[in-house]
Amino acid sequence: MKLQEFHAKHLLAEQGLPVPDFSVAESPDEVASAAAGYLATGAGRVVVKAQVLVGGRGKAGGVKLAASPEEAAEVARQILGMDIKGSTVRRVLVAPAAEIDREYYLSCVLDRTERKVLFMGSAEGGVEIEQVAEASPSAISYIHAHPHLGLLDHQARRLAFALGLGGPHLRDFVSIAKGLYRTMVVNDADLVEVNPLAIVLDHLPDATARESLQCLDAKITIDESALERHPELEMMRDVDEEDPVDVAAREQGLSFIRLEGTIGCMVNGAGLAMATMDLIKRAGGEPANFLDIGGGAKADKVAAAMRLILADPHVRAILVNIFGGIARGDEVAHGLVEARDQQERHVPMVVRIVGTNADLAARILEEAGDPDLQTAETLDEAVERAVAAAHAAMARA
Amino acid sequence: MSILVGSDTRLLVQGITGREGGFHAQQMQDYGTNVVGGVTPGKGGQMALERPVPVFDTCHQAVAETGANTSVIYVPAAGATDAVLEAVDAGIMIIFCITEHIPALDMLMAVHVVDAAGARLVGPNCPGATTPGQAKVGIIPGDIHRSGQVGLVSRSGTLTYEVVEALTEAGIGQSTCVGIGGDPITGSNFVDILELFAADPQTEAVVLMGEIGGDAEERAAAWIAEHMRDMPVVAFIAGRTAPAGRRMGHAGAIISGKSGTAESKIRALEAAGVRVADTPSQIPRLLTEAGVKSS
Repeated sequence: MKLQEFHAKHLLAEQGLPVPDFSVAESPDEVASAAAGYLATGAGRVVVKAQVLVGGRGKAGGVKLAASPEEAAEVARQILGMDIKGSTVRRVLVAPAAEIDREYYLSCVLDRTERKVLFMGSAEGGVEIEQVAEASPSAISYIHAHPHLGLLDHQARRLAFALGLGGPHLRDFVSIAKGLYRTMVVNDADLVEVNPLAIVLDHLPDATARESLQCLDAKITIDESALERHPELEMMRDVDEEDPVDVAAREQGLSFIRLEGTIGCMVNGAGLAMATMDLIKRAGGEPANFLDIGGGAKADKVAAAMRLILADPHVRAILVNIFGGIARGDEVAHGLVEARDQQERHVPMVVRIVGTNADLAARILEEAGDPDLQTAETLDEAVERAVAAAHAAMARA
Repeated sequence: MSILVGSDTRLLVQGITGREGGFHAQQMQDYGTNVVGGVTPGKGGQMALERPVPVFDTCHQAVAETGANTSVIYVPAAGATDAVLEAVDAGIMIIFCITEHIPALDMLMAVHVVDAAGARLVGPNCPGATTPGQAKVGIIPGDIHRSGQVGLVSRSGTLTYEVVEALTEAGIGQSTCVGIGGDPITGSNFVDILELFAADPQTEAVVLMGEIGGDAEERAAAWIAEHMRDMPVVAFIAGRTAPAGRRMGHAGAIISGKSGTAESKIRALEAAGVRVADTPSQIPRLLTEAGVKSS
């Protein structure tokens, strides 16, 4: 689960990391009053940043500076309601604009291969790390935290020296890097990214400037499997920015991803679901979705899955592929028949159920006597029929 | 011979009094697996299963009383990592964790304890392993197998059943079928299992069932190129049509940027001399072409 920047910054601040003051606002008036506060206490300008989960906010015009409360309200009017890659901006973050001396990159992420937490740091901050990795891979330093002891001081120091932060900022960097690790573990994150981590200049009344390391932008994603023990993080989920179909699927305990094709798929097991999609494509069709109904799916879950599939107006045929193991074929068949009785839109359906109680399933489907429902023995056969049915339906339309 | 599980397996079922644990423990016993006991804290002293076996409060008691050498875990996610660590602490050397939705950082810390003890963990979020005619450990349906010479290793569950059934129908028997699980952090990877197959005298060919996400298949390909040139390997990769950036059910099945794509995996495997099937149903034919005989 991706968190919004303001939530991510909040979690960093909770672990004692240096995050400049910020406010979250939903209207130009709120933005103006937050800006007035910062401008009155020494900030020369404020930055107004769109809060959306997609990347590329800056390029899309979702991040703007303002020098007065009025100007802040004006840029807020431009940003609020803006569409950024399909996400509508409903909130902005307002913060004093930092005077940046230098930008760095620092993150920690799950390394699946080494099965450790991997720290990545670079002196080329402020740009996407993927770009740096491509253009100048040697500009990124890597270090694995100890799996049980976490990021050790000497590891953090090595990273600091590699980034050229061995001077006056060494101690702060070590504390920030260790704070990143803490943020990851405390919140069960699988990514904590600070980009940029910046040396910021504060001008003091005596005309000197003070330098400090600050986390100016943050990205955190939380391990979905751990959310059960983090109700406070589940509250940060931004359902407004999610496809309503995804929200409905999650509430039903279904793993569903909408795609662009015409053949709805209902499968048990993620690997088999992916393979079924691949076979549809290979046979000249286009899958309308990925859907794993999981192990032990009962009739009501099957019915819910069918509603999700049919909610997509592009679906012209449905392919049900169930290899009974934990899932029982008769349960699935009952669910399918029930769902067919309830639904308003009928599209041709090809059902292939093998494994546990497949014989009972076959009898249930036969007794239902649905002319739009055909069965298949093998996966290849089922795919072929579903693709043919979808093509025939499209030819009629 | 076989790998991981067989007639010498003395199996402990952690979570044997739970709904899933109880059901599958019975299935395993019916298959002929030597289930020697179960563990559910607080239920020690009870008996479980049709041919009754004792339930213990702790793994330590269970190992002392039964001589269990293998464990399978059906404990819910909140307690599953601790169940793995308890099994290790009790001296069990082969552990299968079936439980899904275990937080990745829990598993990240646990796998290093498993490694330090010299034990082997398969899973989590895996279907287990079956050596046909000897033992099944986990949730793979028992009746789809046939004993033979082909080893199978897979990241998925039902897709594995699909292929096992296709092999069996084509008369191609299996030495052992192992599901390593679809999570980002797992106890065993493809290479760990390939090493066992390569050293197993019964196994004459291997089927590798991969999917998008991570680089486990690419690493398997590199290992095969170096160590398994004389053993036929057939592979299938699920997720050729998966969109980037979305988790396809399994927490580990995600294309991030340009890495983890099916194309990259297929390319790496083919370069290592592996025959890659376009569909699961092609796998028996590719094995036959590689010289595998029906058993």
